[in-house]
Amino acid sequence: MALVESAFDASTALRREVIGAGEPWMGRVQRGQYFRIVDLHGNQAVDTLFYRTDALEERYSAQDTVREQGNIYLTSGSVLLSNECNFMLTIVADTCGRHDTLGGACSAESNMVRYALEKRDMHSCRDNFLLALAHLGARHGRDFNKRDLASNINFFMNVPVTPQGKLTFADGISAAGRYVEMRAEMDVTVLISNCPQLNNPCNAYNPTPVEVLVWDAP
Amino acid sequence: MPEGAPYWMLWDELVSAGAHWSGLLRRGTTLRLIDVTGHGNASVLLYNYEDRSERYNMPDTLKAQHTAFLSKGVACYSDMGRVLCSITDDTCGWHDTLCGVSNAAAVRRKYGEAPYQERRNQYFKNGYDSLLNELGKYALGKRDVTAAINFFSKVTVEDSGELRFHVGHSRVGAYVDLRFEMNVLMVLATCQHPLDPAPDYRPGEVRLTAWHSRPAPRNDPCRTRCPENERGFRNTEVWFK
Repeated sequence: MALVESAFDASTALRREVIGAGEPWMGRVQRGQYFRIVDLHGNQAVDTLFYRTDALEERYSAQDTVREQGNIYLTSGSVLLSNECNFMLTIVADTCGRHDTLGGACSAESNMVRYALEKRDMHSCRDNFLLALAHLGARHGRDFNKRDLASNINFFMNVPVTPQGKLTFADGISAAGRYVEMRAEMDVTVLISNCPQLNNPCNAYNPTPVEVLVWDAP
Repeated sequence: MPEGAPYWMLWDELVSAGAHWSGLLRRGTTLRLIDVTGHGNASVLLYNYEDRSERYNMPDTLKAQHTAFLSKGVACYSDMGRVLCSITDDTCGWHDTLCGVSNAAAVRRKYGEAPYQERRNQYFKNGYDSLLNELGKYALGKRDVTAAINFFSKVTVEDSGELRFHVGHSRVGAYVDLRFEMNVLMVLATCQHPLDPAPDYRPGEVRLTAWHSRPAPRNDPCRTRCPENERGFRNTEVWFK
């Protein structure tokens, strides 16, 4: 895994926001801008969806992205494709090494299946997504709902697949201060759930804050 | 059904090569998909017929069963922690659910131009538009297209993460049986797999045969495959109480 650093200095960012552990976030990034997510404390899964700002039914597509790049892992050089196979963002820097896009988001219902029926009341990424869409969706131009939740990216999460077809959630390969940075190839609306999962190693059993930063093109 | 068919047989239909199909499969029905040519691919999306916002969820299916592909014994989960259908028999051994479907631009690039005006009904179809065509009949659209299942196609993942399409994986007459645990709207396209390296446009026919079976019994191998599936089947039963 080749790690690629960014030339941008955090002090020159247009915008810097910390997303608390287990919190949702929604924001816009314009075409040509750079968008960085920093894993502040290490091994924090950041469940992320992208929508085309001027045509919200166009959205990030995990299947189109992995198929067209011929690889299931995302890292620097990966182009994130939409369901129309248009370029949404390009990963231009990555100091973690690889990111998952097969594992999806946790939900109350999948927690019941995966861990125990009693886990239904634990906080989950889908609850974050649904609440963010309910409160902020209209501000972003549309009455979003569950139909808009397709397979997401899990930045900093490690979900290895073996040639025999086994899929596991493994210990993270990220660490405090590692980041991933993307250049927007179209105007995008970003929806994040800073994952609250406590039942598997995706967050090292300890959800922590992350930071998002935006720069204009140099 | 042919005359003299057993009473539990429901119907039988041939889906042409490069065509699209949709229908209701009720709880307790088993549907057999048969690869007629040996090089077929059946791209499938699944929805709860009664609440179509509930649909097949690739990540939840794979995570619950720690697998990156579908085969006999696997349950296909919805986003609501319920089992839409389970795979009760399978002579193929591996069905892809990672790679999505082809689209108009990719088909044009790969196989050339073949519009209706020149080819009439032999015009080239693609997976995405075929699925949209069927979804539109139920007032569903682009927002409802999720990760599809590509029955009869095998794509493995190397340690590096690279995808590898296995040519010649299926064979003439290979089949997979889906036992429906819920009332399901199934949408199907018989277009080639998007990673099929064959240089020619040559989709294959898929035969569908449906019969009355019954919902999964207590000792069903799909249900007892793992504690996750025991809970998934339990959730499904609650929906029908």
